[in-house]
Amino acid sequence: MEPVLTARIGKPDSRSIDGYLADGGYGALRKVLTGGWTPEQVTEEVKKSGLRGRGGAGFSAGVKWGFVPKDTRGKPVYLLCNADESEPGTFKDRLLMERDPHQMIEGMILAAYALKCRTAYIYIRGEFYLGARILNEALEEAYAKGFLGENILGSGYALDITVHRGAGAYICGEETGLIESLEGKRGQPRIKPPFPAVSGVFAAPTIVNNVETLCCVPHIIGRGAEWFAKIGRNEKNTGPKLYCLSGHVNRPGVYEAAMGLQLKELIFGDAYGRGMKDGRKVKAVIPGGASANMLTAVEIEDCPLDFDGVAAKGSMLGSAAIIVMNEDTCIVDAAKNLSKFFSHESCGQCTPCREGTPWLYQVLSRIEEGEGRVEDVDLLARICNQMANGMTICVFADAAIAPPLSSVQKFRDEYQYHVEQKRCLVGAKALVAV
Amino acid sequence: MTHTRYRIAEAGEPRRFPPEAMARIEKILTRYPTKQAALLPVLWVAQETWGWISKEAAEEVARILELPPSHVDGVLTFYTMYHLRPMGRHVLQICTSISCHLAGAQRLIERCRERLGVGPEETTRDGRLSLVEVECIAGCDRAPSTMVDDTYHEPLDVAALDRLLDRLSQEA
Repeated sequence: MEPVLTARIGKPDSRSIDGYLADGGYGALRKVLTGGWTPEQVTEEVKKSGLRGRGGAGFSAGVKWGFVPKDTRGKPVYLLCNADESEPGTFKDRLLMERDPHQMIEGMILAAYALKCRTAYIYIRGEFYLGARILNEALEEAYAKGFLGENILGSGYALDITVHRGAGAYICGEETGLIESLEGKRGQPRIKPPFPAVSGVFAAPTIVNNVETLCCVPHIIGRGAEWFAKIGRNEKNTGPKLYCLSGHVNRPGVYEAAMGLQLKELIFGDAYGRGMKDGRKVKAVIPGGASANMLTAVEIEDCPLDFDGVAAKGSMLGSAAIIVMNEDTCIVDAAKNLSKFFSHESCGQCTPCREGTPWLYQVLSRIEEGEGRVEDVDLLARICNQMANGMTICVFADAAIAPPLSSVQKFRDEYQYHVEQKRCLVGAKALVAV
Repeated sequence: MTHTRYRIAEAGEPRRFPPEAMARIEKILTRYPTKQAALLPVLWVAQETWGWISKEAAEEVARILELPPSHVDGVLTFYTMYHLRPMGRHVLQICTSISCHLAGAQRLIERCRERLGVGPEETTRDGRLSLVEVECIAGCDRAPSTMVDDTYHEPLDVAALDRLLDRLSQEA
């Protein structure tokens, strides 16, 4: 597949509006605003493309847009770009924003037009100083050229976009946590319903879309929904996709491919990861960021990297963060590291999550340090089962149990060895860090 | 979650924003339908103005945005990037999330401990450097990923860390 979302990334002037315009940029916006497209037509086109949200949930973007009530009772509609990329292992949105900011801005303007939205925000994580600076410069350029502000391209349509920096909280990537944070509060997720499309930020209809999702929009409008829908493994998993490959591979990085790339091709293919570092074997792969269940070396056979392909393996594509661990990795140590993350990032709102995440970390720590008890392995599973599946307001707890629960199920022998022998099955202690 | 207490501000520390910061705040307020929504950006202005956010600075933000100081306090203690105490001249953040962990990020933390005598969330006695252990900063393909102030330094092995620390310690 020829690159779509990353086509301009290597170019020296990939950030500037002149470079973007020279490559046909803002053509889709011109097509819509000067070609007499109605907002509904834009939504319909995105629906037809089969575009599913790239933030992790994989919900149809066009259908989501359609949830905004026709009559908003005088309330404005808000579009929020979720640029809070913080799922461990994920680094695609940073690339898209730092290297080709206008692609995302054009996508936002098109989405905002479809939603009849006049105020949009880019919620970008606080650590992305460079990304925020680049986006602010790009927005200034877009205002100067008349793609933002009043009467865009003479169409009468007006839109303002503001960059809003977060300040260090993973939970603000959850859409209602993001909304709370944008309102100037602690980023604690809200109970749904009401869904944001009905009542979101400032109690008004709100659509939250991921960076990569919005970057797809200009291409869908520019080249047509049918062209987009033909890319990908099947009609339910369409379009180009960015995969974030990290861990024990020869060539980690962001790779673009048609949705449904085989996981083994991503790890071993010449165009992608080029195999395992130092010729080691695969022990486990996390296919969709820290929140996804681990897969074993056997399970990665015939695993298409799309929403349904990874779900069929009992895990999820999530943010398409593929983290590869070799045979020397202590799985208990890896689960401990992931649990530390979730323990640190729990927002503290719901008891099962606030209490469960540090408990998991505590038990995993003592197993890893050779202080574990035989009953601890089952205790981990029991804690997990008490935390998730509807016990909490958001799905953070479901994410937090994925590493310990899936690793206990799939690598029980390593846990067993740890608690019985008081040492690590893979050899020297803490091999992961060596 | 951080549970850092405010440092008690010393007498004479600024409580009022300088005019250029006030101008920025006025501009920020035009971008939101409520004053409260400007809280995170205004706290960023405070941190950029004074380097950290004292209790007095937080109270001033509350006054400007017409919010209860307790609300500002709640927000400040929720987000990890607001410094509630003075930091070193530079802040070194080392990512220890899974991909960086697999690449040996812990060795960098150990090296800092050896060379500087400080652990995460601590500042060297000469006030030059604060060390922060940070969760995934989207640098996983160049692991271990680190940041000095607002700039990425990645990937960083122990030798490169030593060179970086040498450079920072020689700065005037």
